Amino acid sequence: MARTLAELAAGLAARKYSAVELTRDALARTERAQPQLNALISITAEWALAAAAVADQRLAGGQAGPLTGIPMIHKDIFCTEGVLTTCGSRMLSNFVSPYDATVVTKLKQAGMVMLGKANMDEFAMGSSNETSFYGPVKNPWDPTRVPGGSSGGSAAAVAARLAPLATATDTGGSIRQPAALCGVTGFKPTYGRVSRYGMIAFASSLDQAGVITVSAEDAALTLQAMAGFDPRDSTSVDVPVPDYRATLNAPLAGMKIGIVKEFFGAGLQPEIEKLVREALAALTRMGVVVKEVSLPSLPLSVPTYYVVAPAECSSNLARFDGVRFGHRCENPKDLRDLYTRSRAEGFGDEVKRRIMTGTYVLSAGYYDAYHLKAQKVRALITDEFRSAFQDVDLLLSPTSPTTAFGLGDQTSDPITMYLNDIYTIGANLAGLPALSMPCGFAGELPVGVQLIGPHFGEARLLNAAHQYQQATDWHLKTPASFAEGFA
Amino acid sequence: MSLTSNQIETVAGLARLALKPEEIPAYTESLSRILGMISQLEQADTSGVEPMAHPLTGQVQRLRADTITSGNSREAYQRNAPQVEAGLYLVPRVIE
Repeated sequence: MARTLAELAAGLAARKYSAVELTRDALARTERAQPQLNALISITAEWALAAAAVADQRLAGGQAGPLTGIPMIHKDIFCTEGVLTTCGSRMLSNFVSPYDATVVTKLKQAGMVMLGKANMDEFAMGSSNETSFYGPVKNPWDPTRVPGGSSGGSAAAVAARLAPLATATDTGGSIRQPAALCGVTGFKPTYGRVSRYGMIAFASSLDQAGVITVSAEDAALTLQAMAGFDPRDSTSVDVPVPDYRATLNAPLAGMKIGIVKEFFGAGLQPEIEKLVREALAALTRMGVVVKEVSLPSLPLSVPTYYVVAPAECSSNLARFDGVRFGHRCENPKDLRDLYTRSRAEGFGDEVKRRIMTGTYVLSAGYYDAYHLKAQKVRALITDEFRSAFQDVDLLLSPTSPTTAFGLGDQTSDPITMYLNDIYTIGANLAGLPALSMPCGFAGELPVGVQLIGPHFGEARLLNAAHQYQQATDWHLKTPASFAEGFA
Repeated sequence: MSLTSNQIETVAGLARLALKPEEIPAYTESLSRILGMISQLEQADTSGVEPMAHPLTGQVQRLRADTITSGNSREAYQRNAPQVEAGLYLVPRVIE
């Protein structure tokens, strides 16, 4: 039974099954799981079968790459030409994208087969997938609980083994936190490593595309195809993409991992702390040297984020005006009425809250006290990370302070919800690559451990995670009702 | 940090969001609490710190030559528009 993307690719290469067979299987699992999990917004069966047939021709003709013929799911934040692209919002519930995001183009060129578009928090604003206009996603480990967010559909889809890969985006933890809550591997590259072109913007100085997979090796394989300079994204970075797979097996002996003191404080579930420390112990058995480090400004990352992200969101979401695309209200009496009612009807409660927070912190008389101050604290936090990486290769922490919580448990209090990202936001503020991988279970629920690397330290991060996954099998555990594997 | 319902109405107006009167108290409460949480930033000593707008310092905003790189896609783009006529986007009359 193929348990990972890499194993599926080997099976395709050995002609154990065809891409069309894999795709039919994956579509059947996806259709079956949809009423239970609500992990997808659109299922693109016809498109998938056509792409799979093309992939089979490539495989037969010897023109296949490692991703050719592998089924996958795109988070519905990525524009897909000719396919509904909603961003989880009523605002875009009628939007058929006229073009592909660069990430979509690259994975198409690699021969991947899109099964559909993953559910998500509206405009990627949320940590539980409960703000989606299309309804919450359920956690495959316990359908009374949330999958995390904003990439909740992507994480649930991989956890339920609908596909071995789902793309995702991370502005404050939206790849890593749902990966932790769903027991899968979630990888956020360095800011600028993967193109943002065609990825619907939330907070442009923080947003980064990445992947949710079963294993770090699978993340390496897919990042290889997604990363790289894109002239159509003005913040894309022109730095060569190394061969991530080549260094996966480098020995960890002598690698220095820092434990961030500030990340083991109050609010962390004791079972999570225990499992994270066990993961660290497993790494030390491979020769990793552990050092405690302190980043004193890090506890301010949540307030910093809730100035910077809403400010950028209020500006980015100004484009949704009911004129050129997206939702328009009925019978507008004048232009202002058209704008204000289209936006009020098209956006959900949390999106409106963030737009208003952002509008407030940027408004005349408050800019210095809020936005300028937050940008300075962001600089402090980034400097502290930079100094830490002079002493250590990677940082290790829990990904999330709690395991998956119940649906509806945190919807009444935005601040409680915001604190789910307390360990993940720092990497976004500083633009650092980071991942979450499964490290055990608290009761029946999966727990994730986070690794953070220096800018463009993707290879080292994937190396450490892969070595950990060679020594443990937490990443291969599946929920009882979704245990059939990929093929 | 406590906002008034008047301030929420002003902010909603600036953000072009038509709030219903019954929605205002809940937003007033939640935004006040969010601003209270944000006020922790006052604790940080940021004297002499340069504000940071971009996570990769030293990156320069790239410019490109002012040349046409793609064809006219107006029709494709306007397929998503709520109302168009003769290639133009229609909105309610602005000038009487």
